[in-house]
Amino acid sequence: MDNAVITTRELTRTFGSFTAVNKISIEVGQGEIYGFLGPNGSGKSTTIRMLCGILEPTSGSGTVLGYDLAREAEKIKRKIGYMSQKFSLYDDLTVYENLDFYAGLYSIPHRERKKRIGEMIDMALLKGREDELAANLSGGWKQRLALGCAIISRPSILFLDEPTSGVSPTSRRTFFKIIQRLANENTTVMVTTHFMDEAERCYRIAFISEGKLIADDTPENLKNNVIKGTLAEVVHPNALYIIDDIEKLPYVKECSNHGPVLHVLLESENAIQALNYYTGVEAKIIRPSLEDVFVSLAKQNRRQVS
Amino acid sequence: MIEMEALTKVFGGITAVSEVSLRVEQGDIFGLVGPDGAGKTTLLRMVCGLINPTSGRVTLFGGRQKKDAGNFGYMPQRFSLCGDLTVMENINFFGSLYKLDRKTVRERADEILELTKLSQFKSRFAEDLSGGMKQKLALTCALVIRPGMLILDEPTFGVDPEFRKEFWKILYMLNRDGMTIFVSTPYMDEADLCKKVALLDRGKIVAVGTPDQLKKQIKNKIIEIKADVKDLDFLGELPEVDDASFYGDRYHVSVPVVEPAKISISRLLSEKGIAISFMEEITPSMEDVFVSLTEKEVV
Amino acid sequence: MSRILAILKKEFLQMRRDRLTLGMVFALPLFQLLLFGYAIQTEVKHIPTAVFDQSLSAESRDMMEAFSASGYFDVYYSTGGYAEITNMIDSGRAKVGIIFPPDFSENLKKGDTATVQVLVDASDSMSSSTAIATANAIGLLKSQKIFIQKAQLTNLPYDIRVRPWYNPDGITAYYMVPAILGIIVTMTMVMMTAVAIVRERERGTLEQLMVTPIRSFELMIGKIVPYIGLGYLQITVALLVGALVFHVPIRGSLLELYVLTLFFITASLGLGILISNIAKNQMQAFQMSFFVLLPSIMLSGFLFPREAMPLVIQYIGDIIPLTYYLVIIRGIVLKGIGFPYLVSQVAALLVFSVVLVTLSIIKFKKKIA
Repeated sequence: MDNAVITTRELTRTFGSFTAVNKISIEVGQGEIYGFLGPNGSGKSTTIRMLCGILEPTSGSGTVLGYDLAREAEKIKRKIGYMSQKFSLYDDLTVYENLDFYAGLYSIPHRERKKRIGEMIDMALLKGREDELAANLSGGWKQRLALGCAIISRPSILFLDEPTSGVSPTSRRTFFKIIQRLANENTTVMVTTHFMDEAERCYRIAFISEGKLIADDTPENLKNNVIKGTLAEVVHPNALYIIDDIEKLPYVKECSNHGPVLHVLLESENAIQALNYYTGVEAKIIRPSLEDVFVSLAKQNRRQVS
Repeated sequence: MIEMEALTKVFGGITAVSEVSLRVEQGDIFGLVGPDGAGKTTLLRMVCGLINPTSGRVTLFGGRQKKDAGNFGYMPQRFSLCGDLTVMENINFFGSLYKLDRKTVRERADEILELTKLSQFKSRFAEDLSGGMKQKLALTCALVIRPGMLILDEPTFGVDPEFRKEFWKILYMLNRDGMTIFVSTPYMDEADLCKKVALLDRGKIVAVGTPDQLKKQIKNKIIEIKADVKDLDFLGELPEVDDASFYGDRYHVSVPVVEPAKISISRLLSEKGIAISFMEEITPSMEDVFVSLTEKEVV
Repeated sequence: MSRILAILKKEFLQMRRDRLTLGMVFALPLFQLLLFGYAIQTEVKHIPTAVFDQSLSAESRDMMEAFSASGYFDVYYSTGGYAEITNMIDSGRAKVGIIFPPDFSENLKKGDTATVQVLVDASDSMSSSTAIATANAIGLLKSQKIFIQKAQLTNLPYDIRVRPWYNPDGITAYYMVPAILGIIVTMTMVMMTAVAIVRERERGTLEQLMVTPIRSFELMIGKIVPYIGLGYLQITVALLVGALVFHVPIRGSLLELYVLTLFFITASLGLGILISNIAKNQMQAFQMSFFVLLPSIMLSGFLFPREAMPLVIQYIGDIIPLTYYLVIIRGIVLKGIGFPYLVSQVAALLVFSVVLVTLSIIKFKKKIA
């Protein structure tokens, strides 16, 4: 990749005998929204922490903006923003004071500081709440204030570790619109999430499981290539009760629910008649969604491990 | 099973729950759906009798067994198990709180662990379990007392999609065997799985009903669009469109009338040279419902 | 510089909003001083005393009078037998028993030695040594008087004139109040900074700080400096209480005291911040603080004179900042001496400050694990 701003080569981190991140090699291009998906504890946060320079890799190497992860961590820190799921704000400081504090840490000159803080307050839709203590903000506002603190220095790369867990759907949407805008302005964004609709917004997705990179591609390619077989959608009144039975059918590879609707992965398109006969309802062939891809990858990997 | 009458809780001037009246019937899977800070946990705690309401009343089992905690299982929001005990030790400890003898606990545990697929992890320390497995262990503990009703506070929070699916499958199994389930969740797709849903926003009930009823309640229609660009926010500026927002790799556009909106969207997109691969009216999802009912107030 | 300022500003704001802690900073010197200033008396007076007077003479009563008049012995009980006295001392109702034999008066009149038996409960070494010394002194004085009469002398051959300097009346508070001040300051400073870093670690904000360009020394300096002001506030409160309530005279220069105190405050803060860098959580930080503070109280010369301690223990005392500060503050407040006499102590505190803060800066890594 010509415009890669993040590259890693066999990046590995162990904690004692536990390998949290196992030889991960990725490349992220400038201005991309790069999604990091995987089950809990699969190593997403550990990878991001290494890329931010706050965790030393055990082996392997990587560069961020051309700086070496192991040797030039401090240079990296000047140019990146980081926001974790904990929204690490100072609860006993006000909205304005939190922003002012980070502006100071990034040595933003005094002349510019007011303007920059104002921008962040506009961006985070926090106008009129500047003097409120961070502790009194609810989920969505806290989240956007944390984002404001992370990008007040106008970083070239923004690392987001599960930034949208626990906030309302409306806040999630607002948040991702902001992220999209940042990407349009050429900020590279690396984000971990459990929400498939957010993953769809990414230009590229890396899927990791148990520390290993399982897939790394565009959402389109993942949806086209990962799932082998025919995916059928079944709307059945007792959908959740019959999952296990359907999964035992010889021509069915996998079966899971998406809300109250079943997604059944068939060996081939021909099996659909048999399925219709079994369930008594008409199944519809559909294109896999990212959620199908995620579930399928997680299952495949678990089978390989056990 | 549960009757709430104008339940209200005020914490030092802030109204966390405001005049909530709900009925959970025998055999329900009743979902309490809303974002963080909506008051879900406070409401559930009042139902369980862990905190006293500022005003209003809650009656369990028609008032016959009001104070007896042994008749319902409660699974609190955050991991509430002893990390330095094994799975089985946790279950035994929990059973002993309800004065169950070891043998009964063991028999029931075997059965429930089979259901929750934790049988092979009996001797693993709770802190070494993954997030999803911890939640399943918490569920197992709540089930050991064989309750007729289960109250769960965000059981799938922060757990990955695959585990969430599995967890809901278990809830359905339990419900089929006659258990009433009262569950809170911040995830809109889980709302679709409930037999009945109450949408909670900033302490107030916004809507109650079956998912289908709620979807019919919203006045606007939803048009789903898939185009070859990802950013279609500008559609929101069309006069025919009330709101436009991404939904996975698609866009959901909320409109009062479908046809004129479709025409002006097509026109605008072709002017910009954007190809449309899909544009249809669809049944709204629970997320659309929530957004349309709360949109203008919450930012 | 901008980064240090940012931390400073943030710490000040947080400090200002933390009313409880701020209140403690003021309340601590106030109450501790009032409590301990009165409670701690190294001089033991009013020792409960029982008497078994078998002589029942004018002479025995005269002797008894002398004991009472000294102020050290409070004669509460007059008993009817030896067994009763033993019982009183055993049960702790009396700490001293005085027994006059039946022939006390006769022996005295005959010019023979008249014995008085003084039983002392020596399980408490502090009160027993006072009792023993006083009893001996009373005996000597009484004997002297008789000698002078018999030898028809007008004055004694030797006259040792003792001039107790700095605290002629031997008022314990004068000696203790400045020392308690030192204890309070070191306690507050160590405790406050001991949680300074761990607290952020526990709240998750430290991780956020680690990804910013802040440097280790900037963070440490920013965390220490605001507490210097707090330390001075505390000292001012303590000195006021000392002067107004206990009437402790401040003989030296107040300015000098304030300037030299700086080194003690920074040394204490350095100790705290080092603890904060080592501890994994707030609980550990508190435990470590106690581990450090207890020896400060016991070995610094605060309670017991260091000269009396074994050499090894004295060496341990040498690595406690309070040891040096006690010399400084007692020197300035009581003796009225100045910097020229205290150079070595100030130098020691300076070394502490520099070493502790440097260690903290080295120890703090902008890494999670």
